[in-house]
Amino acid sequence: MSPETDTQFVSVGDPKRRLPGVEGVWVFVMADMTVFAVMFGSFMLGRHHNPALFEASRHALNPNFGGVNTLILLTSSWFAALALDAVRKSRFALAQRFIGGAFLCGLAFAVSKAIEYTEKLNAGISLLTNDFFMYYFTLTGIHLFHVVAGNVVLAVLWFKARSRSFDPQRPVVLECGAIYWHMVDLLWIILFPLLYLVR
Amino acid sequence: MELLRKPVSIVWAALMLATIASTWLLSNNAVTPEVATVAIMLIAALKVRFVIRHFMEVRRAPLALQFVCDGWLLAVTALILTVYLL
Repeated sequence: MSPETDTQFVSVGDPKRRLPGVEGVWVFVMADMTVFAVMFGSFMLGRHHNPALFEASRHALNPNFGGVNTLILLTSSWFAALALDAVRKSRFALAQRFIGGAFLCGLAFAVSKAIEYTEKLNAGISLLTNDFFMYYFTLTGIHLFHVVAGNVVLAVLWFKARSRSFDPQRPVVLECGAIYWHMVDLLWIILFPLLYLVR
Repeated sequence: MELLRKPVSIVWAALMLATIASTWLLSNNAVTPEVATVAIMLIAALKVRFVIRHFMEVRRAPLALQFVCDGWLLAVTALILTVYLL
């Protein structure tokens, strides 16, 4: 691209507005969020057809698990946002600690979910128990897969922060990782009340 | 302390308080199930909007992305509440 066209490109639109990360990560995030939107709708339709079963089954869930997990993911998201802020100020050691904090919160979420699943399975509740638990295990299972994938991403970002391989002016890779991690958080913000609190 | 004065930290504190309110206060039997459910889902939608705008930095992103994100949130909230209230 010649310098002239480059200047033209930059002058288009509001210069103060900038897309965080890259376009590709937003396409992926919006596609993933659309799939979850369909699953949320499908759950609500299932509930609409059998409200008594869904309400009775919901009582077998412990909202303390869901609530604490929401607090854990919100804190994890906050750490990811702080890490980005630290890298932009070239404070790589601080950013590394924040990414570490986000990773540990993600791990805590996964451990808590494992305890919750074990509790359910020990009580004889599984995917095959009824429609509600089919949705419960499928939706939380797919979400948990996203959490585990996010933890892998955070581990990679931690090493990248340690080797200072982010550009403080434009830390695109960290921005993309953070956007994905915030998406995992926001999907849980809806999934938790949907399964545990709607009555 | 400098950490807690950052805008993103204030957003985090508000999200934590909203979560505590909807999980442990609104979910008791003080109000009718319909009122509690609608309030809980609206609070969740508000929390998601805060995450999108402040954590994902969409408030500083091109307007097209803001419209897409708000459109998704509006569609999901409307879908859940419409089917619930049917």
